[in-house]
Amino acid sequence: MKKTPLYEKHIELGGKIVEFAGWALPVQYKSIIEEHEKVRNSAGVFDVSHMGEILIDGTGAEEFLQHLITNDISTLKEGRVRYSPVCYPDGGTVDDVIVYKLSNQKYLVVVNAANTEKDYQWMLDNATADVSITNVSDNYALLAIQGPKAIEILKELTTYPLENMKPFSFADKVDVSGIEVLISRTGYTGEDGFEIYIAPEKSATLWDKLLQTGKEGTIIPAGLGARDTLRLEAALPLYGHELSKDITPIEAGLSRFVKFDKKDFIGKKVLLAQADSPNKRILVGFEMIDRGIPRNDYEVFSEDKKIGFVTSGGFSPTLKKNIGMALINSEYANMGNEIDIIIRNKACKAKIIKLPFYSRK
Amino acid sequence: MIIKDDLKYSNEHEWVKVTGNKAYIGITDYAQNALGDIVFVELPEVGTEISAGDAFGVVESVKAASDIYSPVSGTITKVNEELIDSPEIINEDPYGAWIIEIELTDPSELDELMDDKEYEDFCLKEG
Repeated sequence: MKKTPLYEKHIELGGKIVEFAGWALPVQYKSIIEEHEKVRNSAGVFDVSHMGEILIDGTGAEEFLQHLITNDISTLKEGRVRYSPVCYPDGGTVDDVIVYKLSNQKYLVVVNAANTEKDYQWMLDNATADVSITNVSDNYALLAIQGPKAIEILKELTTYPLENMKPFSFADKVDVSGIEVLISRTGYTGEDGFEIYIAPEKSATLWDKLLQTGKEGTIIPAGLGARDTLRLEAALPLYGHELSKDITPIEAGLSRFVKFDKKDFIGKKVLLAQADSPNKRILVGFEMIDRGIPRNDYEVFSEDKKIGFVTSGGFSPTLKKNIGMALINSEYANMGNEIDIIIRNKACKAKIIKLPFYSRK
Repeated sequence: MIIKDDLKYSNEHEWVKVTGNKAYIGITDYAQNALGDIVFVELPEVGTEISAGDAFGVVESVKAASDIYSPVSGTITKVNEELIDSPEIINEDPYGAWIIEIELTDPSELDELMDDKEYEDFCLKEG
């Protein structure tokens, strides 16, 4: 297993280490629920150094990315960030990524840890002559500071005017606690927050500093477990669950990130046909009516007919309900519709509800 | 980690407290700690007959579902219904939060279980 530069910190803090996408990472420190609630009400810091970073550089960088991804970055300004799926010609999803525009000819693409090698290869396979593609994942550790108090914690460590940063913007070469970092107002929790890209050898210093800032207990370390429950409540897709090589972004309800009015891009033809088709699979949110916790891959039935499967599910610490997302035939996807989730061979009733389950005020 | 000296232990991390021909069964402090926050317990029906080694219920933490196995054979005489609404009491008090009470059909099975010292060694080996 690969270790992030913060591995020793996780051990010191009593982190329960698990394998995730080939990396040794803490699933929790003391309690997933406590860490989850802290991020919703105050602040938490996550080590997400396992994420991959790929640098796209050259005069053809924009054109290359426009062909590679489904979203449109022709309108993206320097210093701004855009989310996008990346698809295969058959519409299946290679990955979902975040694109940082560093300059007119330079972009940083942040990818899912499990997909870093695959994405890098996919980019090389589709490379054009006037672009250079470099896997720079080892150059960065990544800390996510998330929660309503993330900004006040960070403001104690920097003079940079964070309050002026719009969501999905970033600033490079910012001094945070005497260390030069790239900071963006982004995250994966449904809360306000920031992500900090930092040299690996300096990351432990910043980690310690963050945890010492603010009143005792304002910010705590949070693990992968809380990251998953937080993103589930916010209905943010997770590759391998809501998206995969067998699930298109149209099916996953991400049509707003697929721009058919731009020039040709990989998967366009299939995705367009799918978007226009009334009969397809579609991602829905549901809450359990019967007792039981829905989990990934559980079957979904309507009466005696199998209509789909659960992509993610679990107990929602914020709502105190058992919730999930499922990919089902669109004819059963009406709000309020009752469906059955098969839990240990038993049909348990659930009701389709609006996504996201949680959005901050 | 808390281990009590008046209980018997299985290698699936259940504890057994014997009172006459009946026994209470729960999961150990080690088990609740390994599982993390418990948010759901599926209980069996009273009257169910089970054999040693059978799964009789499920505990679910935030992350995953795990079967609970009975270390002994018998008929289930009570289930702890408090766990339906308050599954977290297993985290808070693992040796107080019994899951089922069972009438033993073969008390000699108890001899196969570990005492506190043996269980402590067992946990240390599991890491």
